[in-house]
Amino acid sequence: MTENSSTRTTTSRRGAIRTLAGAAAGAATMPLWARYTHAQSAEPIRIGFQVHRTGIGAAYGRWYDRTTQAAVKLINEGGGINGRPVEIVAEDDGTDPKRGAEVVEKFANQHGCDIGFGTLFSHVVIGSAPRAGELKLPYFVVSEGHHVASGMLNRYTLQPGITDVKSQVQAMAPYVTQNLGKKVTMVFPDFAFGHDHRDFFTEAVKREGGEVLAHIAIPPAETSFTKYFPKIPRETEVLYHVMVGPAVLTFVKELGEFFGPQRPEMFGFIDSLEAVAMDSPGLEYLDGTYFWEGMPRHVQADQSDHDKFYRDAVGVDDRGASVSDPTDISTYAHMFGCWETLHVVKEAMETAGYAGPGDRAALVEAVEAMTDMPHSRAHPQGAKVFNGKTHQVFGHQYISRVEDGRLVKVHTTSIEDTYYPDEVDYTTRAL
Amino acid sequence: MDFGPYILLASLEGAVTAAVLALTAVGLSLVFGVMRVVNIAHGEFFMLGAVIAWWVAQSMGGHPAVGFAAALVIAPLAVAAIAVAADMTILKRLDYDPERTIVATIGLLYIIQQVTLMTYGPDARPVEAPFDTRLAIPWIERGEGGWQLYWPWGLGTTSYKLAVIGAAGAVLIGVWLLMSRTRIGLVMRATQMDRDMALAFAIPVEKVYALVFGLGAGLAALGAVLIVPIQQAHYLMGADPLLLSFIVVIIGGLGSLPGTVLAAVFIGLSDGIISVFFSPTLAKILATLLVGMVLVFRPQGLFGSRAA
Repeated sequence: MTENSSTRTTTSRRGAIRTLAGAAAGAATMPLWARYTHAQSAEPIRIGFQVHRTGIGAAYGRWYDRTTQAAVKLINEGGGINGRPVEIVAEDDGTDPKRGAEVVEKFANQHGCDIGFGTLFSHVVIGSAPRAGELKLPYFVVSEGHHVASGMLNRYTLQPGITDVKSQVQAMAPYVTQNLGKKVTMVFPDFAFGHDHRDFFTEAVKREGGEVLAHIAIPPAETSFTKYFPKIPRETEVLYHVMVGPAVLTFVKELGEFFGPQRPEMFGFIDSLEAVAMDSPGLEYLDGTYFWEGMPRHVQADQSDHDKFYRDAVGVDDRGASVSDPTDISTYAHMFGCWETLHVVKEAMETAGYAGPGDRAALVEAVEAMTDMPHSRAHPQGAKVFNGKTHQVFGHQYISRVEDGRLVKVHTTSIEDTYYPDEVDYTTRAL
Repeated sequence: MDFGPYILLASLEGAVTAAVLALTAVGLSLVFGVMRVVNIAHGEFFMLGAVIAWWVAQSMGGHPAVGFAAALVIAPLAVAAIAVAADMTILKRLDYDPERTIVATIGLLYIIQQVTLMTYGPDARPVEAPFDTRLAIPWIERGEGGWQLYWPWGLGTTSYKLAVIGAAGAVLIGVWLLMSRTRIGLVMRATQMDRDMALAFAIPVEKVYALVFGLGAGLAALGAVLIVPIQQAHYLMGADPLLLSFIVVIIGGLGSLPGTVLAAVFIGLSDGIISVFFSPTLAKILATLLVGMVLVFRPQGLFGSRAA
């Protein structure tokens, strides 16, 4: 393993030297083309889009892609960024951390991208962000992981378009303990994202006077789940579930089969059913259970104009499915993050007067200086507040109850509910 | 959950795993036993079975049972046909040379997997089970008024899961009858024992090989069709069955059908029970350890014969 990675580093270093030599040769010819720099400012802004096109994140990747394309179309129709069109350079990372780091490197060294963007799965973010930091490539992740705000990453990694798990679960805990029950058992995927749920929800429930009876960690590549469920203690009042990967439907179905008619109250993160139709066979038992939603999948009675506009632009119908294929269910609770992040990038680049890779540091500083993001077309999920020190955005969270196969919003948290003390100040780190 | 009901649930889950694993592993074992080909692409034939089952089921429409029944027939046959074609165009050209066929089947693995990714896509898609009722299982306990029956919390299975166990058992009996009671089985066994002598007796060895390769792949595909209403068809689903099949086949003895079935039941049940009581990782660790021990102390497997 060690040997392998050191070989790889050598190769890429050699590649870097070659690139440097090429750049030097280019620089030598400078007087000839320097006078065209003005013409070059109409060059597109290139956004490296790290997309989970294959691997366990593929369903999310497909919808992150559609949302990104829709946002870019809108931005370009509105005149682009600083008068320059936006171009998306998409690279598949196979939902694989090692490949993720390579993709980031390609964005910086081969594609000449201005920024990297769009990563979701937390292990891929954690694998890729250090490389983005080394390359000084502003890296806008859309991941929900707490690793940005925890201080684990670096000055160049930002999460301005989606809230993190710590703030989400902390805002959920009071509702769960007050309305559903105080004795909770948690089932979560056994990797960084699931561990965020485990650690922060357990803490938050304790603060509310509740108790987590058992933690049941399931490997993210697991395909059969019943064998884990007997570990759920009988006295459980609320089952808290969150799962990701291609087998989420099996997970929720087997959960229903396990409980039969005697299920406890259930509170899930919609991740357990992202890209899955609520009316799939075997899910009828979910009626009356609760879900966290980053953004309500089904159109609500109080739908905002911004949600309507965003839904139409991406091509999503009232039940969260693709308008062209009603069986193709979106990852509606997460994908708004791509849309909002791109609008943040646009605003920050315009504030910073971004002209090219030389202004990357200024771009990071411009994002850090942002605070209030009002509910608007650019932020259809709701108003948000960005914390420049922790590089993390905070926003409203929604709780929905399943009623006749519909997700009906029953609670909206305030932004303040999601705050916690800063754990890092990235602005003190070198740019 | 109480200990008794708990272990019953674990055994039932393990039995479903064991049933599908037995079909897949018997396919792998058959191919190795008769052809001496280590088929690394076996897991992909399994995956293809699931993917084709999805495709058949969703293009049939109507009651889920109709689509599923069609898939049960079409998917294994289609996969077997693909395997026969692979045998005739690839393995035959390599003269079934053990080393080169390993490399060739690795190549086949990637071709099948990537073509599936390019056509079927990266999503996991469900096939609806033909019937799927939850069956609560009663448990007997000594209470105040003597022995009494009650329904423990969480103890249950589905009618479909029981049907999978039954169907796998029936197919395995069929394979055993095929191998031991029919002329084609006799020919296969003759080829397995001595290829040259079989040729000398005018057995069309190459045809037998193509047939066995198709049969092996078809069994894997059948296992996948049975499991796909419980899990979902996904282009990466072939990795686990391949690994587990190798574990089972090594423990049971390469080429020994009864050994393979027994090892599949053993590994499936122990995987279910150890996962429930300890952790799924420990179950995999122990299975791998057992493979190591078998290879060191009884390399021919628990039921294999030494002559190879």
